[in-house]
Amino acid sequence: MSDHPSTYEPKTGVEKWLDQRLPIVRLAYDSFVDYPTPRNLNYWWTFGGILSVCLMIQIVTGIILAMHYTPHIDLAFNSVERIMRDVNYGWLIRYVHANGASMFFFAVFIHMFRGLYYGSYKAPREVLWILGCLIFFLMIATAFMGYVLPWGQMSFHGAVVITNLIGSIPVIGGPILTWLQGGFAVDQATLNRFFSLHYLLPFVIAGVVILHIWALHVVGQNNPAGVDIKSKEDTVPFTPYATVKDGLGMIFFLILFSIFVFFLPNALGHADNYIPANPLVTPAHIVPEWYLLPFYAILRAIPDKFGGVIAMFGAIAVLFVLPWLDTSKVRSMRYRPVMRWFFVIFVVVCLGLGWCGAQLPDAPVVPGLPSFTLFDGEFNSYLWLTRALTLYYFAFFLLIMPWVGLKEDPLPVPASISEAILAEHAKKKGA
Amino acid sequence: MSEPATDHGGHGDPNRRDFIYIAAGAAAVGAVAMVIPPLVDQMNPAADTLALASTEFDLSKVQEGMQVVIKWRGKPLFVRYRTPKEIKEAQDVKLTDLKDPQLDSDRVKKGKEQFLILVGSCTHLGCVPTFGAGDYGGWFCPCHGSHYDTSGRIRKGPAPKNLAVPDFQFLSDTKVKIG
Amino acid sequence: MSAIMTKGLKALGLAAIAATLALSAPAFAAGGAKHPHAPKEGFSFEGPFGTFDQGQLQRGYKVFREVCSNCHAATLLSFRNLGQKDGPFYDEKYKNPNDNPIVKQIASEFEVPDIDTETGDTITRPATPSDHFPKKFANSYAAAASNGGAIPPDLSVITKARHGGARYVYSLLTGYVAPPKGLEVKEGQHYNPFMAGSLATQWSGDPHKVPVGGVLAMAPPLKDDLVTYDDGTKATTHQMAADVAAFLEWAGDPHATLRKKTGVGVLIYLLLFAGVTYAAYRKLWHGKH
Repeated sequence: MSDHPSTYEPKTGVEKWLDQRLPIVRLAYDSFVDYPTPRNLNYWWTFGGILSVCLMIQIVTGIILAMHYTPHIDLAFNSVERIMRDVNYGWLIRYVHANGASMFFFAVFIHMFRGLYYGSYKAPREVLWILGCLIFFLMIATAFMGYVLPWGQMSFHGAVVITNLIGSIPVIGGPILTWLQGGFAVDQATLNRFFSLHYLLPFVIAGVVILHIWALHVVGQNNPAGVDIKSKEDTVPFTPYATVKDGLGMIFFLILFSIFVFFLPNALGHADNYIPANPLVTPAHIVPEWYLLPFYAILRAIPDKFGGVIAMFGAIAVLFVLPWLDTSKVRSMRYRPVMRWFFVIFVVVCLGLGWCGAQLPDAPVVPGLPSFTLFDGEFNSYLWLTRALTLYYFAFFLLIMPWVGLKEDPLPVPASISEAILAEHAKKKGA
Repeated sequence: MSEPATDHGGHGDPNRRDFIYIAAGAAAVGAVAMVIPPLVDQMNPAADTLALASTEFDLSKVQEGMQVVIKWRGKPLFVRYRTPKEIKEAQDVKLTDLKDPQLDSDRVKKGKEQFLILVGSCTHLGCVPTFGAGDYGGWFCPCHGSHYDTSGRIRKGPAPKNLAVPDFQFLSDTKVKIG
Repeated sequence: MSAIMTKGLKALGLAAIAATLALSAPAFAAGGAKHPHAPKEGFSFEGPFGTFDQGQLQRGYKVFREVCSNCHAATLLSFRNLGQKDGPFYDEKYKNPNDNPIVKQIASEFEVPDIDTETGDTITRPATPSDHFPKKFANSYAAAASNGGAIPPDLSVITKARHGGARYVYSLLTGYVAPPKGLEVKEGQHYNPFMAGSLATQWSGDPHKVPVGGVLAMAPPLKDDLVTYDDGTKATTHQMAADVAAFLEWAGDPHATLRKKTGVGVLIYLLLFAGVTYAAYRKLWHGKH
């Protein structure tokens, strides 16, 4: 925290010399060693560290893949297979990168749900939260462009579908689409620029991550009790306490990661992307990668093309203004008996949207159940289920958040973190 | 409840406590160490590059007194059919006159002295020497003025070594396998 | 009350994670095809410890060479791959697959395009181990023209490019049946319940009972004793289908065995690492929370 005085004391002459000129060791010491960390952080808090490792893994493996990859429509597919077959450890590096994207999103979703549940977006952490939303948005853009690079069927037709979204913008959409694609269709120019941007964006993400961490260190970490740090009793030094806990979380995360990389390397991908891109034939069933399915579902829920695009981007945009939608005085949903249940429904709705995104919109949700036509589709179809879920998604932020915050009677909030811990202990003994 | 930052958990036997911290730290270091070899090795030649490391060449394509340049491992390879005069010149040089002493007979195959096969890359800084130029009837490197004789040995100029002779063998009278 | 809810929420969190992972494996059965299955005896390479049966890979190569490769290419595969570790013709004696005499022999049976460096003419020459398997047709138009309009897909990564992988290949090859009554199958097409597709327009029966599967241009390619195995195995249709499916699985992912072995080592290490770190964590945090 900003009011935390630096305790770094340079010991050797060299350290003193450097400290007077560039206090970088002091910065690292104050940020990652002596930094006072709330004592009551649970394992959901380890995902911040896990995410920085994810970013590092993606950048390192990505730079390596770029050494062997050829961004050309005739060569891209084969160059990826050459990485898998001939480059030393290429199979490992490429599978880590491909599955790493999934793992990155898996971790970021948990990180975001955690922030949502414990009110980590509330004052004074609004900027911290907005920077996080920005990182999430950049991650989506990066992942989308990365998925185009192997130039398989899903790469190509996914790129066609998503770039065409831009074309739905009235008046200026058409010229922007042509500008973005660098031609009249997704082609060589598109692949080449997507490669360039896919290489660039992770470094932009890294830059925003630094701002995110900076903002975190200014306002301090939130914690499960959602109360501010009051005294030294409330904290432990970051090293070794948080480092060991983060490390343990990370190892379990790496175990999950390894299971996918080594035993189920293609389980999270789509078989059609091992068919070289063919602009003349579209796969029967176009779906994005799993982590984008909820947004894809929202896109398809709206009958109007441009409206769908607005809703999809709106689903992300609403996160940016979340700090001003929540009217509650209490941060942590631990002490919000009504809101926590709306949160639980929200998590289920997000998973449901992901499920719907992978289904054909016209398919019945419960096969065989009698149905009727409502407006423009069968009631018993994924289209209408998706619409119901989409409605809840937006209602959660735009109606429930402000309304429940005003009406809800929160439980008594502990005066401090150490008091919260004592209460937990008492409860454990009593139970 | 509040400990100074220096006391990292005052619990249990200190030896056992230290051991477990050291073990955890060592495991972390080990994990990082195991990640490094693949990240480094991926830059070494890939399997398809290594598979192309040898090539076969039909010597009947070279006329006497001429050389043919082929590409081998991404570099030029000089295949020269030497005249009897050039062979004699190469054989008559005293070793003491050479900067990098080597007999001509060590650079060609016995009975096939007319065929000289060299990596066409100047041993100074890797330029491609020009055929039939220079003071010794062999090659001349235009970059920094190295002169090679009819055996491809360095005679004058900044290059430290003779032009390299690759591993090669005759598969038949007119066919060589290089590499 | 609150404790129960916290526990419940924790469980919910974990359930949500599990659900995400389950969801993330795309569960779309491609266009209502029959679910592919493995041969009765199973595939030796399935499962986390599965490895390829070299004899089966060699038989599979023979089926590929004598049957499949009449129409299908596998251009991502090089001849040298056949002799590399875990490959069909790997031999301890020849660590460098380029020197493997069987690989050399196999390569020399193929003609690959090249350019005569003297004249600049395009020529063909016998392949060497470093060459890729040649294309079957000069381009996709030629491929379509020779095959009644259907382009035979390249088989290099076919097991990765189809749901079910080797099981799909096996099921498709052995799954040809007579089309159900009411299904119109055009000249030059063949019904197969494992083929992805939509048969609604060709179906004249109950529209709610459109048969699963699809039609493809490939006639049933295998029949008993079509090839003669060198190892004396009886070449039944099922045997050949299983063998060639195994070969294609290997061809699509030649490093699979190494990958799984590495994975076992990595997981063991990570579990031990987790153990010591947990011990360190317990010691460190004792009395802190």
